[in-house]
Amino acid sequence: MRIGATLLIAFLLVTALVITCSGQTSAATSAAATSAPGATAIKIDNFSFSPATITVAAGTTVQWTNKDDIPHNVVSSDQAFKSKVLDTDQQFTYTFTKPGTYEYFCSIHPKMKATVIVQ
Amino acid sequence: MSDKPKDELLHDHNHDGIDRRGFLKCMAWAGTGAFCVMKGGVLKSYSLSRLADIDHQKTKGEFSFVQVSDSHMGFNKAANPDVVGTLQAAVAKINALPTPPSFILHTGDISHLSKPEEFDTVEQILKGASAKDVFYVPGEHDVLEDDGKAFLKRYAPQSPGSGWYSFDSHGVHFIALVNVLNLKAGGFGSLGTEQLEWLEKDVKHLSKSTPIVVFAHVPLWTVYPDWGWGTDDSAQALSYLKRFGSVTVLNGHIHQTMQKVEGNITFHTAASTAFPQPKPGEAPSPGPMTVPADQLRHLLGIRDVNYRHGHHALAVVDSTLE
Repeated sequence: MRIGATLLIAFLLVTALVITCSGQTSAATSAAATSAPGATAIKIDNFSFSPATITVAAGTTVQWTNKDDIPHNVVSSDQAFKSKVLDTDQQFTYTFTKPGTYEYFCSIHPKMKATVIVQ
Repeated sequence: MSDKPKDELLHDHNHDGIDRRGFLKCMAWAGTGAFCVMKGGVLKSYSLSRLADIDHQKTKGEFSFVQVSDSHMGFNKAANPDVVGTLQAAVAKINALPTPPSFILHTGDISHLSKPEEFDTVEQILKGASAKDVFYVPGEHDVLEDDGKAFLKRYAPQSPGSGWYSFDSHGVHFIALVNVLNLKAGGFGSLGTEQLEWLEKDVKHLSKSTPIVVFAHVPLWTVYPDWGWGTDDSAQALSYLKRFGSVTVLNGHIHQTMQKVEGNITFHTAASTAFPQPKPGEAPSPGPMTVPADQLRHLLGIRDVNYRHGHHALAVVDSTLE
């Protein structure tokens, strides 16, 4: 009985730890229901990026998906990254290793801008 | 029959022989089919539905050319699954003009994704037009991968810069400008210093009575800032052209016809041959607008431009595919 109780408590503790860790990760990334496992999702639609501003931890991979019916691309203002042209349903991923504020835009429709903050 | 008083607009309030109000009113009709001819500063307009009645000699220009725009070859979404067909319909419209135009100006977004086969298809289709010479400027869809190098090689190898050039025809000076390269985050179209310096030199020694036609993809006036419909540094370009008696600016990009008159400069944006876009502010974004199939060809079109020697402005007629 004692062993059983100890095991139960241990199990509960481990579970609580796992839940807490998961909670912390999702607080640091944007809430996006359809993100690929491990990646933070940004949707491109209606000539805009959403969410327009996200904050992620260094080492996070971000995945952009173009859901618009017109091609767009993802270009960082300081040349850190540049995607190929994305037609509808095409995707671009980039892993942010260094902390900083990354402004990016669509170089085809430059009014479309957004930011990734990496902590 | 062609000179019935009710067709003529005579407003000369500034007493300078220029009928601006009449011109603007006429331009407002142009979208529904009006044919406007400026004669010695006085505007005469004729309803397109009565064009057959009009003595064509009176309205014919010394030469004419056609503007087409935004063919977006390769686009295949709901707004138009057959951009080949609608471009072919545009060519049929060109071929139905009473006098074959001297050449075609294409104001960009020739292709949808800058693919070689897309450019090839447009060239093939335009080969069927009565006008054999075509002059192109790029849209943002034509310079997607390589800063426009493929476009430059194909359409403007003679350009002293990144695709801009000029030529003369029938005494009219045509200027092709590129405003879709090096675009900055949050900005509009952009001409850039090198091109502006070239433009200043290009027109410097022309007499002010030389009619000027400028063609570029993105509008050279600010049509709607929220959607990026404008050019950051166009004011500088237009300052070099202010002294000329007749300047016509032909643009595309917004997939609908609009006109503006500013002194001696008249701006016209063209319809697309591929798909329409919403009017400024009438939709959340400026993307392709899907309309009922039987309405599509009423929102796509070509532009016929007639030049008559000695007249202030070019006679511009917009016609839809149906």
